[in-house]
Amino acid sequence: MSTPDLHSRPRLAVGCRLNEKNQSFRMLLMPEKALRLSGPSLEIVERCDGTRTVQEIVADLQKIYSKAEPEKVKADILSYLARLRDDRAIDFDAEKADRSASPT
Amino acid sequence: MNSAPAKSPTPKPLALIAELTHRCPLHCVYCSNPLELTRREDELSTEVWSRIFREAAAAGVLQIDFTGGEPLARPDLSELVRSARAAGLYVNLITSGLPLDEARLDSLITAGLDHIQLSFQGAREETANEISGSKTHAQKLRVLDWLKSRRVALTLNFVIHRRNIDQLPGMMALGESSSATRIEFANVQYYGWAFQNRENLLPSREQLDRSLEFLKRSEERLRGKIHVEFVVPDYYAKYPKACMGGWARKFLLVTPEGDALPCHAAKILPGLRFENLKDRSLGEIWENSEAFRKFRGEEWLPEPCQSCDRRDRDFGGCRCQAFLLTGEATATDPVCSLAPERSRVDAIVKAANAPASPSLVQPEWIYRPNPA
Repeated sequence: MSTPDLHSRPRLAVGCRLNEKNQSFRMLLMPEKALRLSGPSLEIVERCDGTRTVQEIVADLQKIYSKAEPEKVKADILSYLARLRDDRAIDFDAEKADRSASPT
Repeated sequence: MNSAPAKSPTPKPLALIAELTHRCPLHCVYCSNPLELTRREDELSTEVWSRIFREAAAAGVLQIDFTGGEPLARPDLSELVRSARAAGLYVNLITSGLPLDEARLDSLITAGLDHIQLSFQGAREETANEISGSKTHAQKLRVLDWLKSRRVALTLNFVIHRRNIDQLPGMMALGESSSATRIEFANVQYYGWAFQNRENLLPSREQLDRSLEFLKRSEERLRGKIHVEFVVPDYYAKYPKACMGGWARKFLLVTPEGDALPCHAAKILPGLRFENLKDRSLGEIWENSEAFRKFRGEEWLPEPCQSCDRRDRDFGGCRCQAFLLTGEATATDPVCSLAPERSRVDAIVKAANAPASPSLVQPEWIYRPNPA
């Protein structure tokens, strides 16, 4: 499981979206699966919009969770993003370029 | 509060399986539809389906699977997608890709379709067409091509059995050349038409082991790019599957005429009365109908399940499979190695591993027909 590049910009993959805000739980809806989001997981997924870099998301969360050890926050975010990628819930700009360049 | 022994609240349904129609241009020999198919004139209207979607969302359902038959046989499919999205559901279309053209595909996507699960009967035209009893493989390849330039999630679904399990590399290559982010290799489960054709469909142990090895390597190689999913034929398993995630715990299936069932095959079970959504709301049926309560939870479990550590993981296995193989809907699923009736499954597996009989060389298929 490779670690996401700090300069790449994660965004939700096609077919993955957050449910409406008026529901009792925020959920990440995706093919054959739904993840319940709250606290840090929701803060992270809401920022996967293709405009922010991983580094910027880490900085945001370190501010929000300023009582936590910053390195721990960063490590947790990187492993959560890698998991979302392996679930095919998010894409990174750099990875997308890789895939379209590979022979089909 | 209830003072009876620990009674957990009714779980919420997570997904609604909407069998919009039993009409289908394909005649697959393993179709999961019941042997008795619903006629076109008995199908629910657009309005009734739309009400069902709203009731489902209110009861907690997150995802709807449009299936059939072939959902594209309904001319109002785009309208149904739109009203399911408006109800707040994640909309998945399980389809053969027929009858479809680019304009209709665009209309479905514009209506809010989130995900398409496109089924394939194999990687080679000849064997795929034999299994589906139709000349449809070439059209599926066209649909794959159209999907490359469109924004909708795609899963490729290959139904696996004795006659195509040796073609997995070809299927994987087809999947990798598409825009799919998920590929499912689902071994046939033996209900409905598949149960009728079982001896020609169940793979041998050697075939299964070889396929598992290939899939494990592919999964590693494709990690982060394509999610590979594999469903084993449970006759080879040591423990039963938690069928549908447990009876009436996660899924609710609605037949084309509006009957609410806990699973695709439930109507074969004797003595159960299924209610119709034209008469009662989805929430009430889910919560209170006798058929949904019958095998929900652990109270009804027989031994050895009742005292088994796995009872809250597999819930005694599948009720329909227990009935089909033992004649008793309340028996432990006989695929379980601890089941008193496991010898029935062993005999079937033994036959599938005997040297091929002439009938296995050239199967005589029982094809699923079209309803009136």
